[in-house]
Amino acid sequence: MGQIVLQQVTKSFGEVTVIPPLDLTIEDGEFTVFVGPSGCGKSTLLRLIAGLEDVSSGEIRIDGKESASIPPAKRGLAMVFQSYALYPHMSVRKNIAFPLRMAGLDRAEQDRRVEQAASVLNLTDYLDRRPGQLSGGQRQRVAIGRAIVREPAAFLFDEPLSNLDAALRVGMRLEISELHNRLKTTMIYVTHDQVEAMTMADKIVVLRAGFIEQVGSPLELYKNPRNLFVAGFIGSPKMNLIEGAEAAKHNATTIGIRPEHIHISAEGGAWSGTVGVSEHLGSDTFFHVQDTGLGDTVTVRADGEVSFRHGDRIFLTPRDEMIHRFDAQGLRIA
Amino acid sequence: MARSVTTQRKSLNTFIAWTIGLLIFFPILWTILTSFKTEAQAIADPPVWFFFDWTLENYRVVQERSNYSRFLWNSIIIAGGSTILGMIIAIPAAWSMAFVPSNRTKDILLWMLSTKMLPAVGVLYPIYLIFIRFGLLDTRIGLTLVLMLINLPIMVWMLYTYFKEIPGEILEAARMDGAGLKEEILYVLTPMAIPGIASTVLLNIILAWNEAFWTLNLTAARAAPLTAFIASYSSPEGLFYAKLSAASTMAIAPILILGWFSQKQLVRGLTFGAVK
Repeated sequence: MGQIVLQQVTKSFGEVTVIPPLDLTIEDGEFTVFVGPSGCGKSTLLRLIAGLEDVSSGEIRIDGKESASIPPAKRGLAMVFQSYALYPHMSVRKNIAFPLRMAGLDRAEQDRRVEQAASVLNLTDYLDRRPGQLSGGQRQRVAIGRAIVREPAAFLFDEPLSNLDAALRVGMRLEISELHNRLKTTMIYVTHDQVEAMTMADKIVVLRAGFIEQVGSPLELYKNPRNLFVAGFIGSPKMNLIEGAEAAKHNATTIGIRPEHIHISAEGGAWSGTVGVSEHLGSDTFFHVQDTGLGDTVTVRADGEVSFRHGDRIFLTPRDEMIHRFDAQGLRIA
Repeated sequence: MARSVTTQRKSLNTFIAWTIGLLIFFPILWTILTSFKTEAQAIADPPVWFFFDWTLENYRVVQERSNYSRFLWNSIIIAGGSTILGMIIAIPAAWSMAFVPSNRTKDILLWMLSTKMLPAVGVLYPIYLIFIRFGLLDTRIGLTLVLMLINLPIMVWMLYTYFKEIPGEILEAARMDGAGLKEEILYVLTPMAIPGIASTVLLNIILAWNEAFWTLNLTAARAAPLTAFIASYSSPEGLFYAKLSAASTMAIAPILILGWFSQKQLVRGLTFGAVK
């Protein structure tokens, strides 16, 4: 019911092309995340699907219906904005009921659906308050409530959690994932935070400068990044990218090795270096190792129990089967 | 960190503020006081302040000699009419400039403002001739039109700055929620812009009410508003200060009272957008 197909979609603002011709299919019920650095066109792409921006050329089909020329109100999509975009002069109840009122539903049905959405989102006690009297998390929930009452063909989320504090963000992330499991409705979620992308998505679309760099499941992207950009973007902390002689040994221009795939020890190993900054997270410790002769600082992830001090001489051993190889163009060597 | 201000310093500031305030308000206060004096007391030297024979005689004479209510009615129609007409044009104009700006929007705004830099007398002849041609001279409709046009740039500017403060995402949310243009304007934008619209309306009523140049030049008897009413006392009866003061007080009283009651709204409107 909520399949979205983009065909040769482009978008230019004056002379500037933001989205070069782009093809993408989002299957019904799928949780798709658009991720990329700021200015990569992910929000523009979402707004094109929403209809808040007009495509410069190309086709958008929602449920098989050509939609590029249909106004946003008629596309049957619901959107949750970064700023929540609640109506400040209306109560929570009226905010949530607004799309139903626009659809011309009778009052009894409006009330029934608002009550239902409010109970799902724990908003029942706040229905008669104004958005200004709510906390950030509650506002976010109202925005989601307003989206779910109308039972849309798909939900569009535009960086919905970036205004929340870190603890709340983790909680809302789970709630949105839970909501997706329950509703099984197509969701498109835009974020610059690769952790959100990895944890929530069925399918991740990595964008850079309007181009799709790679599409795939979180683990596919993690295990088989198609190029250097995806390799560096997905995964936290970032993959170590090493050039030069060490890469040449593996018949590659650049090799990549994730921090979790390097063994650190005091006794001996393939590379040596000195410990710089250590970040102790409790469960894990990240060591930033310097003077390895490999170019950049190498980041290593170790168990929380492992302890070295600043300036300690240590040895690193990468797991050979986990080394990613890239050619001069930055593409993955199979 | 808040700067600490001593009590002494505070009282000094209060004193200075009151002094400046009274200095600015003094001419109006003096006019009002004079309007209650006899003609002899009005020109007494040294001037009398509060201890004189308070009298309503001047008001009675002024009302007898000229029909105050007719001027008042004209003022209300001209000020109210030009404001309503202006809002009908300014709201959609400001709307489109704030929410669907083009490359030229800034230029248009500045161009509109530039018309206010022209001395009004520079276009007196053309407008006078147009008025004669269309039989608008000394008509309320003619004056309403001219005052509306004169204040339109300010109305559009004020509304534009107000609308600019309304986050575009809220309007987009309304569009996503199924609202058409009409619903978006009616249910979402207008309620949010009401404070701004109210301030603009108030300011324009005041501006139109006080406008003297055009009302004096384009009216004779039939459409003359209160500004003409005062003027009619100043020339032939220039020496009768008490009566002139009574006429002035009667002319400014309605707008002074309106201004007093709406001062909060007005100040907010004029400083809106200055600080977030």
